[in-house]
Amino acid sequence: MIDKTIDSPAAAVADITNGATVMIGGFGEAGSPIELIHALIDQGASDLTVVNNNTGSGEVGLAALIKTGRVSQMICSYPRTVNSTVFPELYQRERIALELVPQGTLAERIRAGGAGIPAFYTRTAVGTPLEEGKEKRHFDGNDYVMERGLTADFSLIKCRAADIHGNLVYNKTARNFSPLMATAGAVTIVQAGEIVPLGSIDPECVVTPGIFVNRVVEVREPAQESDLVARGVSYA
Amino acid sequence: MTDSSKKIGLSRDQMAERAARDIPDGSYVNLGIGIPELVASHVLEGREFIYHTENGLLGMGPSPAPGEGEPELINAGKKRVTALPGASYFHHADSFTMIRGGHLDLCVLGALQVSERGDLANWSTGSPDAIPAVGGAMDLVAGVKKIFVITQHVRRDGTPKLVSACSYPLTSPGVVDRIYTNLAVIDVTENGFQLVELAPGISYDYVAERTGAPLVRIEDDPRQTGR
Repeated sequence: MIDKTIDSPAAAVADITNGATVMIGGFGEAGSPIELIHALIDQGASDLTVVNNNTGSGEVGLAALIKTGRVSQMICSYPRTVNSTVFPELYQRERIALELVPQGTLAERIRAGGAGIPAFYTRTAVGTPLEEGKEKRHFDGNDYVMERGLTADFSLIKCRAADIHGNLVYNKTARNFSPLMATAGAVTIVQAGEIVPLGSIDPECVVTPGIFVNRVVEVREPAQESDLVARGVSYA
Repeated sequence: MTDSSKKIGLSRDQMAERAARDIPDGSYVNLGIGIPELVASHVLEGREFIYHTENGLLGMGPSPAPGEGEPELINAGKKRVTALPGASYFHHADSFTMIRGGHLDLCVLGALQVSERGDLANWSTGSPDAIPAVGGAMDLVAGVKKIFVITQHVRRDGTPKLVSACSYPLTSPGVVDRIYTNLAVIDVTENGFQLVELAPGISYDYVAERTGAPLVRIEDDPRQTGR
């Protein structure tokens, strides 16, 4: 009997260890698994390497995780965005490391990692400072840089609906990196807006098949980052 | 040179409208943040463009009314948008397959500098205290078939943004096809910057003085004599 549901966000993230690499879904606030991130803050793991497109906003969600000093390195494409002040301040004080990755390369590195592909070549970043230190190859008249696949110890993602096997559907542009991260995390932990009966998600419409998912916790009416920021909430 | 040339020539919206006129019917288009976003408000009669936003939406529609919209339906600038009939959502690997696989027809971007070889610098001034951030810009210019730039012709201090060689870190070398500024439309060709069209009331000499590399003029081009 397969049932991947877990009772609470706290139980879902309980075994994340110090020094873990954690992929966190979302593009800005869209798709950010805030309840799982807050449970991770409560849990206390530190020295984390976090993979996310951004660095969060205000002092909630990912920004709060960074503010509490739990993150030693960010791997992202755009670390400054609207209401993003926590990361820039720590970065300028050299309290946090940054690996800057072009957005499409970041997505493809995660996809490759999840697919068992250790490296690939891309034209993105050729002739720019971001090619430094990377192997270059020439194919069919063009230069390419080699990029490494990326995997994680844990992936934390958010979806609209899940079943007990971990089949997932997402909400609009909140999908973004999450289906890729689901494949690249050794343990993929999902917060779902609702857990629906098996069979109620049309198999033609499943976006993430359950094989990529380890744990599902239901979080009805999840908090929205911009609402929390507008209300001045701090989780740090 | 140091007087504000921002008020001279085309407005931001007029620059966007001028660029929109060059987009063929049926194009799949990605718009960068800033003036390029304004292109979406100039759909010409009889033409249909499909807008792509790299965070996972094809068929992006206009912004909703203030206070409307949804926090999980946003564009690459993280602003709320709408989805038109016929739209689709997809994950980031599919989105950048569209970009890097050469499936998008056109990308319209802003610029810090463009060189006469079509090198684009638009992600970093290289300042040591800046927070580096690149987003999808390097992927877009490496993969999209045609690259338009919309930018003010000069910086606020009057120095040219169209230069012989970029001093800022590159987004990609040799990628820009055409530049729309408040003063002119300029192609990047094997001969360098080539004037296509002057803004109303703007002379060739005025533009050439504010361009940091030779501006090739085709004397018999009727497009630049009638304005």
